[in-house]
Amino acid sequence: MAEITLIDAIRQAMDEELGRDESVFIVGEDVGKRGGVFRATMGLFEKYGEERVIDSPLAELSIVGVGIGAALYGMRPICEIQFADFIYPAFNQIVSEAAKMCYRSNGEWTVPMVIRAPYGGGIGGGLYHSQSVEAFFAHVPGLKVVIPSNPYDAKGLLKSAVRDPNPVIYLEPKKGYRLIRGEVPEGDFTVPIGPANVTRKGSDLTVYAYGMMHYYTLQAAEKLASEGVDVEVVDLRTIYPVDKQTVLESVKKTGKALIVHEDNLTGGYGGEIAAIIAEEAFTDLDAPVRRLCGPDVPAVPFSHPLQDWFMPNPDKIAKAMRDLAAY
Amino acid sequence: MATKIIMPQLGESVVEGTVTTWLKKEGDTIAEYDSLLEINTDKVDTEIPSPAGGTILKILVPEGTTVRAGTVLAWIGQPGEEVPAGEPVEALQKTPGPVGEPAEPAVDALRQAQEPVGEPTEPAVDALRQAQAPVGEPAEPPAEPVETQPVAPERDLGFISPVVARLAKDKQVDLNQVKGTGQGGRITKKDVMDYLASGPSTKEAPAEVSPWDTPGEGDLFRPTELMFSTGKPPAVEPAEGQPPVVRQAPQPAPVPAEGKVEDRLIPHTTMRKRIAEHMVLSKHTSPHVTTVMESDFKQVVAHYEKNKEAFARDGVKLTYTAYFAAAAAAALRAFPLVNSSWSDEGVVVHPQVNLSIAVSLGEEGLIVPVIPNADGLSLLGLARAINDIASRARAHRLKPDEVRGGTFSITNHGTSGSLFATPVINQPQSAILGVGAVKKRAVVIDGDAIAVRPMVYLSLTFDHRILDGASADGFLAKVVEILDNWPA
Amino acid sequence: MELSNDTKLEMYWMMLLSRRLDERAWVLHRQGRIAFHISGIGQEAAQVGAAFALRRGEDWVTPYYRDLALMICLGYTPRDFLLALTGKKAEPTSGARQMPSHWSLRKANAVSHSAPVATQCPHAAGIGLAIKMRKEDKVVLTNLGEGSTSQGEWYEAVNWAAIHQLPVIFMVENNQYAISVPADKQMAVPSSADKACGMGLRGISVDGTDVYAVYTTVAEAVAHARAGNGPTLIEARMYRLTPHSSDDDDRTYRSREEVDEAKKTDPLTVARQTLEGEGLLTKAKLEEMEARVKEMVDDAVQFAEKADYPDVADAMFPVYAEEVGRG
Repeated sequence: MAEITLIDAIRQAMDEELGRDESVFIVGEDVGKRGGVFRATMGLFEKYGEERVIDSPLAELSIVGVGIGAALYGMRPICEIQFADFIYPAFNQIVSEAAKMCYRSNGEWTVPMVIRAPYGGGIGGGLYHSQSVEAFFAHVPGLKVVIPSNPYDAKGLLKSAVRDPNPVIYLEPKKGYRLIRGEVPEGDFTVPIGPANVTRKGSDLTVYAYGMMHYYTLQAAEKLASEGVDVEVVDLRTIYPVDKQTVLESVKKTGKALIVHEDNLTGGYGGEIAAIIAEEAFTDLDAPVRRLCGPDVPAVPFSHPLQDWFMPNPDKIAKAMRDLAAY
Repeated sequence: MATKIIMPQLGESVVEGTVTTWLKKEGDTIAEYDSLLEINTDKVDTEIPSPAGGTILKILVPEGTTVRAGTVLAWIGQPGEEVPAGEPVEALQKTPGPVGEPAEPAVDALRQAQEPVGEPTEPAVDALRQAQAPVGEPAEPPAEPVETQPVAPERDLGFISPVVARLAKDKQVDLNQVKGTGQGGRITKKDVMDYLASGPSTKEAPAEVSPWDTPGEGDLFRPTELMFSTGKPPAVEPAEGQPPVVRQAPQPAPVPAEGKVEDRLIPHTTMRKRIAEHMVLSKHTSPHVTTVMESDFKQVVAHYEKNKEAFARDGVKLTYTAYFAAAAAAALRAFPLVNSSWSDEGVVVHPQVNLSIAVSLGEEGLIVPVIPNADGLSLLGLARAINDIASRARAHRLKPDEVRGGTFSITNHGTSGSLFATPVINQPQSAILGVGAVKKRAVVIDGDAIAVRPMVYLSLTFDHRILDGASADGFLAKVVEILDNWPA
Repeated sequence: MELSNDTKLEMYWMMLLSRRLDERAWVLHRQGRIAFHISGIGQEAAQVGAAFALRRGEDWVTPYYRDLALMICLGYTPRDFLLALTGKKAEPTSGARQMPSHWSLRKANAVSHSAPVATQCPHAAGIGLAIKMRKEDKVVLTNLGEGSTSQGEWYEAVNWAAIHQLPVIFMVENNQYAISVPADKQMAVPSSADKACGMGLRGISVDGTDVYAVYTTVAEAVAHARAGNGPTLIEARMYRLTPHSSDDDDRTYRSREEVDEAKKTDPLTVARQTLEGEGLLTKAKLEEMEARVKEMVDDAVQFAEKADYPDVADAMFPVYAEEVGRG
């Protein structure tokens, strides 16, 4: 089994899905000849042609809006938003059109589509190439929101997303594109949308994370293990609809919960996990539920010291774990 | 000061690069901005201009090698200058600035998260309260030299988390006994689990309400063979797999996923109101003091085993309650002051011994019918009278007169598994005898021998206005003496 | 593209039926029997003309909320419309989840739409893209008001269709008002069709009160698209003869004289006069048609008022495609 990077896994999934189903196509900015600014679609234009790997005009709402139309017709579009920061022009089409289509037509129309977007900071991208947008979409019934943290899940979840009959927001931790490697089987397999994954068993406290923060959390957990603190790590993977059962089972076991995300603290996704735990596992809690998140400034600043100040990292996560363990 | 050449990060997602060609070799001189090497990355191929002028002191990464962005590739400086050591090739060079110290906002957020807002929440406090007082009513401090059990010193337990409160309640853990290892000595979940793992076996949740107030399903006059069957341990400690005799605390109704269930209001029945009024009145009226002794039930058990068949032939179900009643009636004759009532003018001593026997009506409440002139009845007569009033009480067929005129009360809370308790005095009487569960225990008998004996705790709760410790103890000792020496 | 006499009469019948249904909705609203109505009176000629230029049931349509006459031509029935007005369970487009006149008719390839304007236009471009990718000879008609041509969504959709030469007909029903704002506050050009010139497609303006003129124009654009020659922008000029909706009072922004003047070119009157002039419509025939329309509308009202409301238990579904048919 080959060890490949996160972005290779994403590319493999798209390659295989394009090969499997003729209704699958890719649309986005620079996805064609250039192969995507992150090279996620590298080689696919040459392999499948310009009709199935389409360079869109530089207009995000139409990438999604046109994708919706094609999906209504029976196609399976994979729409690439170049940076999650650029998704807002398409917000109306995602939230008001794609997400509501099934409900508003009482099931007459459905929108099977994937919207891929690289998200997250730590790559020197400043305010507009670093944002985390998951909380906006994890608020919207009708959408599914998926965030892989490793190559295996990235490939398996993307394949599931392409085959899902609903609009799926697929957010890619771009700092991990080439940093996160892992073994991925060649050929077809899927990872189901929905279930979270307990990626590290532990008994002292539970950390909930996804994407890049999950990668860092595992590193921090290793560090804590050497200090005698046994951390359980839950990779949420699908943040909407969330796998409540796994979330609750873990905290009921450990009694302590820390949620890590790089998105801003207030109104961030961690609040939802905290609320679920408070409502349904109150009498299992041995400490207040904690969140380690990006600070409440508009987005990640550019200059490296400022960026480092913004971003959670393994050391900050380890410290938060240590504090919670000592509670 | 030598300058280092690092593998640049040429693109937001690029994490590594390959040195394709060195355009200078070690010892060459180079001007600032002159091309130094060529590299290749996932996204671009490019020449790297030198960040400083000087001599190439050391090339660390040979051509064709792929290293992570930030890796030191070479050093430039003055000829002969020492190259700093301790920079392994694989090391990921970070940008300046302390890495690892948590940033302030994160700390702020954390700090906010750490500080429990205000007081511990009510449910936690409630749970704690229950956990700390597992036997319902707090015991009154004895005013007289009544023998007391050593009690663990009370201490400030600090913040009790929801799960600790729940565990303490479910497992009947006295948190005073648990060593706290959390922040500020707080007792953590792990502390409780460790305590439970190391400590004695635990019990199921106790009843939330004093068992003698609402004995529930417990059969006050449970046939003794069920309560104390041959060779088996007493009912208090159920064999594994059997449902415990102890009543479970009322469980809150399961909360459906969508929304909360409102609290349920059970309107007061007349009986419930009367019980409440009476209990409050009694506690306000009499200074309650409780004294406890134990009795060896060996003789009683032997007598019971020998005679129960004969009683049954007479249509009478013999129960231990009859023995307690008989012993109490005899002791009351010996200590007439206990068979009395308080009045402002003086203590009224009753010539007749009318025994009040508490009978549970399940959730409905309890009623205390009276056996008049109990001191004139034989064991058979007492057993028959108890059978009679208990069955009629449950059928709601007692006459009003049959619940009046009692002079002394007995409550057998042992049927609910209770070992000993501090019952509330049935006004205007002076005392109430509480009878615990009969339980086999290892006891030291004469000659320092250890024997297994069926033992029972007897408690006497008395009105300290009328009785003092010594007289109360004298009465209770008499009851014990009668039971201990029951002629077999 | 010459129309048979029967077809001409059928087109008139569709206009008449739509008009009487629309009028009845106003009456029911003023009687307090329905909660809301948004009207298409004055726009029937353009909608019927365009509908008859399509292969109805094969070609695709992304309509907007004034398209009652278009929907009637596609098989939407008076009973369907009254179920929508009364919010009843059997309402076929959305199970009464949407307000009335938010169309959807799967069997006629008429796509569900929302309320913010021009959102349906990118869908039309996407459907056109899918048709092209599948190498089929269908076309898609998207209707919109002139106010919608101010939206970025419309520009992006037109741009897409023009770049990729998609088989899309954009028909702007220029009824002179976007609620209260007149057309000259929406655009600096005299005709919506003028907007085509900078975007690389044909722009045609036609008298939208003349059903046969609209038919001819749209039929030509459809043939153009079907032949693979790309999209056409058509402006149908007309006048909104009623207030914007049942909640609007148009006397606050336009004079009665202006409305009365417009009534002289009421498309229903124009069509009747044409048919009478051609000897196709006698007084007896007209009376017979009116009687039949009244019978149908009466039946629809009675049917809808007797129908059941939706079950609240069904309101949770279907948010996702997996839930279609549940509840």
